[in-house]
Amino acid sequence: MSFAIEVNQLQKTYTNGKTALSGVSLAVPEGSFFSLLGPNGAGKSTLINILADTVKPTSGSVQFLGHDLFSERAWCKRRLGVVPQEVAFDPFFAPRDILKITSGLYGVKPDKVWIEELLERLELTQHAGKNSRQLSGGMRRRLLVAQALVHKPKIIILDEPTAGVDVELRKRLWDFMRELNRNGSTILLTTHYLEEAEELCNQVAIIDKGQVLTSQSMTSLLNSVGSSTLALGYHSPLHITAEQHITLEDFSPRVDGNALLLTLKKDTAGNSNFNDAYQAAISCFGASSTVSIEDEDLEDVFLRLTNNPAEVQA
Amino acid sequence: MNWYGCYTLFTREVRRFLNVNMQTIVAPALTAVMYLIVFSYAMGDRQVPGMEVDYFNFLIPGLVMMAMLQNAFANTSSSIMVGKLMNVQIILMMAPLSALELIVAFLSAAVVRAVIVGVVLLLVLVPFTHIPIGNIGFILFYGICGSIIMGAMGLIGGMWSKTFDDMALLNNFIIMPLTFLSGVFYSVKQLPEMWQSVNHWNPFFYLIDGFRFGFLGVGDTDPYKAMSIVLIATLISIAACLKLWSLGWRLKE
Repeated sequence: MSFAIEVNQLQKTYTNGKTALSGVSLAVPEGSFFSLLGPNGAGKSTLINILADTVKPTSGSVQFLGHDLFSERAWCKRRLGVVPQEVAFDPFFAPRDILKITSGLYGVKPDKVWIEELLERLELTQHAGKNSRQLSGGMRRRLLVAQALVHKPKIIILDEPTAGVDVELRKRLWDFMRELNRNGSTILLTTHYLEEAEELCNQVAIIDKGQVLTSQSMTSLLNSVGSSTLALGYHSPLHITAEQHITLEDFSPRVDGNALLLTLKKDTAGNSNFNDAYQAAISCFGASSTVSIEDEDLEDVFLRLTNNPAEVQA
Repeated sequence: MNWYGCYTLFTREVRRFLNVNMQTIVAPALTAVMYLIVFSYAMGDRQVPGMEVDYFNFLIPGLVMMAMLQNAFANTSSSIMVGKLMNVQIILMMAPLSALELIVAFLSAAVVRAVIVGVVLLLVLVPFTHIPIGNIGFILFYGICGSIIMGAMGLIGGMWSKTFDDMALLNNFIIMPLTFLSGVFYSVKQLPEMWQSVNHWNPFFYLIDGFRFGFLGVGDTDPYKAMSIVLIATLISIAACLKLWSLGWRLKE
């Protein structure tokens, strides 16, 4: 497998002594839709800023498509489009001019058709001739997305692109990103909307306190780390005796009114121990009137991992 | 090399100051005219001692050069400062531009602004007087090198400044004294011995004196000595810009 981005043993300690990254290694497969998740202050933005070459790492290496960022800067940066987290805008020009200028800075003669398409897709056409000082916060953010795409990069990095963007536009933005991903671009994003990440991305890494907790495909993360809950409903309130507790020990049994809750685990192939749990429950309480299984979603996994990193085996 | 990117940045910088030409061109011209009127009335028909030159004619090249130097400085420093405050610097740092391409673009734009200001000033001031143009080569050499030096200082100052206060500090306590005390308004020969030698340590003195020599053919110092000092200062300031930008000094920390 070839990688769009490879990060090796990246460390960053700021001049004020704060360590943001302590040895981060990460590989983003070419063509993937990759989400980088982590709580506030985990080091996500530092990592993105190092990839964007706006912050110097203390040590470690970064490669894009097999080329070293620090020795082949221009080659790498030409293939990279980054939407920074901070809103940046050039107060002297209108959006259409800003896009032409950004394209030029990347050494690409402005492609008028593509620029108009970007303005259209990001709903900026009506505002394309206005001075950018008149744009709202959401428009400025969309303009940054357009700026990151104007030179048709192979690798697109989005740092919290949907913060402050309304639901409708967010959906359209993600549709656009999916389309770019289908057409061969690799996309790396950070977001706080975990349900979006779960829906969009096929790869995921979770970082916390400057370290990678896990990095794998979305389905394998949800299968291997993600557990699910088996709920068995009975006609009357349950009470678990000490003896029954021992039988059900493997499934951390809880009682919720008339329901017995058991935790199911999955093996790496995604098969759960549902049968064992169900048999054990029947042996204790007899057949239940209802059976349901609730899968843990990315948010549950995320919270569990960042609160208790020791659980990660993958 | 990404020369197209360099060219794009250059045109962006030029368009930026042309967009606000009232502050960047008209205002400096007005300031210089006011200086000229006030000083020439105050000094009357006096001649500059030891030079056989009307004070009026003495003043014009100095005022033109001072405006060029200040505008070259203002162009790069304000571009970097506004860029920092609006985060546009991030876009520049992400673009595939080498330090060389970037510095060439910024300094060329500073020179263009300085030259436009200089030409506008001359056009405004010349009708009042009959100033000769002795040696156009000297005028261009000092005008362009001076603008490069000041553009480079503006770039470094902009990188160093974290706030507009820092920038004001730099402007009021370093740039203004150096330009005012460089012999724009007086011939250093009028000064006491000690202050004459102090003046010889002011790099601006050589720029103004050499530029004036280009017009009047007389000056306070040997123009060839001034020329080598200015040339060395130009090269050092370009090299400093390249080094600091490629290190990411105060930008990537």
